[in-house]
Amino acid sequence: MNNSSTSHFEVVQPGILTTFQDLGRYGHSHLGLTSGGPADKQAYLWANRLLNNLEHCPVLEVNFGGLKLIAKTATTIAVTGANTPLTINGVVKETWRSHQINCGDDIEFGYATIGCRTYLAVFEGFVVEPQFNSVSTVIRETIGGINGRALTAGDLLFYKPTPKQTLYALNAKDIPDYTDALIVQVVTGYQHASFDRVELAKFFSNEYQISDQCNRMGYRLTGPAIQSGISQMLSEGICKGAIQIPPDGQPIVLSVDRQTIGGYPKIGSVLSLDLDLVMQSSQGAKISFEPISIHYAHTLLHLAKAKYTETKPIKVAK
Amino acid sequence: MPQLVEYPRIEVAGEDAVIVYLDKVASSATIRKITQLKNNIATVLGDNLVELVPSYASLLVIFDPLKTDYFAVKKTLSSSLEANVTEIASSQKVIELPVYYSLESGPDLESLANRSGLSIEDVITIHQQTIYQVFAIGFAPGFAFLGEVDERIACPRLKSPRAKVAKGSVAIADRQTAIYPNESPGGWNLIGLCPQTLFNPKVSPYLTYQVGDSVKFKAITQVEFLKLGGKL
Repeated sequence: MNNSSTSHFEVVQPGILTTFQDLGRYGHSHLGLTSGGPADKQAYLWANRLLNNLEHCPVLEVNFGGLKLIAKTATTIAVTGANTPLTINGVVKETWRSHQINCGDDIEFGYATIGCRTYLAVFEGFVVEPQFNSVSTVIRETIGGINGRALTAGDLLFYKPTPKQTLYALNAKDIPDYTDALIVQVVTGYQHASFDRVELAKFFSNEYQISDQCNRMGYRLTGPAIQSGISQMLSEGICKGAIQIPPDGQPIVLSVDRQTIGGYPKIGSVLSLDLDLVMQSSQGAKISFEPISIHYAHTLLHLAKAKYTETKPIKVAK
Repeated sequence: MPQLVEYPRIEVAGEDAVIVYLDKVASSATIRKITQLKNNIATVLGDNLVELVPSYASLLVIFDPLKTDYFAVKKTLSSSLEANVTEIASSQKVIELPVYYSLESGPDLESLANRSGLSIEDVITIHQQTIYQVFAIGFAPGFAFLGEVDERIACPRLKSPRAKVAKGSVAIADRQTAIYPNESPGGWNLIGLCPQTLFNPKVSPYLTYQVGDSVKFKAITQVEFLKLGGKL
């Protein structure tokens, strides 16, 4: 740990699952290391941007809520993502904006009501020692964050001393809506061409439900079973968002903490912009799929990037 | 159902990924081709490249879709594949790993021997006779899939996986063998223990082998195992 900085929060209560995340760990799949990174990248990016931080600055991903911190030094924070009750010294505060924090302040998250993952960024990012060029915590691999684990009570979370900052908020119209029914766009690929047409039609015309087995590794769905018609195949590289069809026919959407290689047939991969919304949903949510081409996906990505750049946060008073 | 039998073949994998299928089956020649393609692609794609995931007979290429596009990546891959006429020499590296094969270090050694109709000594001898190839690394950090295991000692995975497999466990599943780099759950048949640390995320080189390397096993005694730092 780089302790040249002594400014810090102390963790009073870690919440259900709170981890350090940055943009993710790349270039290490030859060691079997997965990417990790924020489950909802758009919310992650906004948390940093509301503080004028660089994109890769380490933030906290608060899964489901329950985090309590005490500030030992003044700073500025920004909170984005799921609709989670936030209080500072017991006073209710809005999310999707930055807040001035004074020494001794209590920062407390309730439990998410809409969406399930909240991001807390601090001015210029948390100071965490990277492992393989990233601080992203992958608990299954014991890599990243604080000794490869989630936060526990008593942890000290370091940041740089912060002069007073102008505070910013995102306009209500620009805040993602996590209540929308999930119609997820899928770039068809991998073994897609080997699936029977009837099976593909079944997959793209039916509604699936998110099962209780959903985490940062992947979301297992329940609904009409899909037969891939492929009995055996060699393990191959899995990209983020890949939808695999195991022998029981129930699709699994793989996410940031996925295994790097696997041997189940895949129908394609969820568009990253939509995967962010999937990762904010939880057990019981309904989800349906729509096939798109890689070219259309690239158009959507460029449009989303342009919109993100054009969207300007507004200055807010204390 | 359409039959896809053409190799090499480039398929879309996702918005930021294409996958190159080099062959239907894995072989040392395929692994050589993948390694060559991997090195080539890394140079040609430069900053547009995010990640390369080699495995058995394929290479997943993850790129930055805001910097480049599918056509450009596919074209680059196609010309790299065509340029691959001269094969590189196979990796000369043969990594020899010590293994303490015994009933105390290999809880499935006896059942595997019984199932194969061989003596425990035969299983140990046969496991050491093959020079294995690293076909893929994944499942857990540093976990290498080695093949191919002699048919006589091939054995299906356990019906119910163990919750805890010791670090260094040498194992067989079907015609593959592997060493668990760290304690983890696992369903392979355990036949021995390797005292050597294979994956250390704190010290470079982090991993003893890479895809394409060859691995050979050498039996050691309990005394040697303990001397090399092994724990029972």
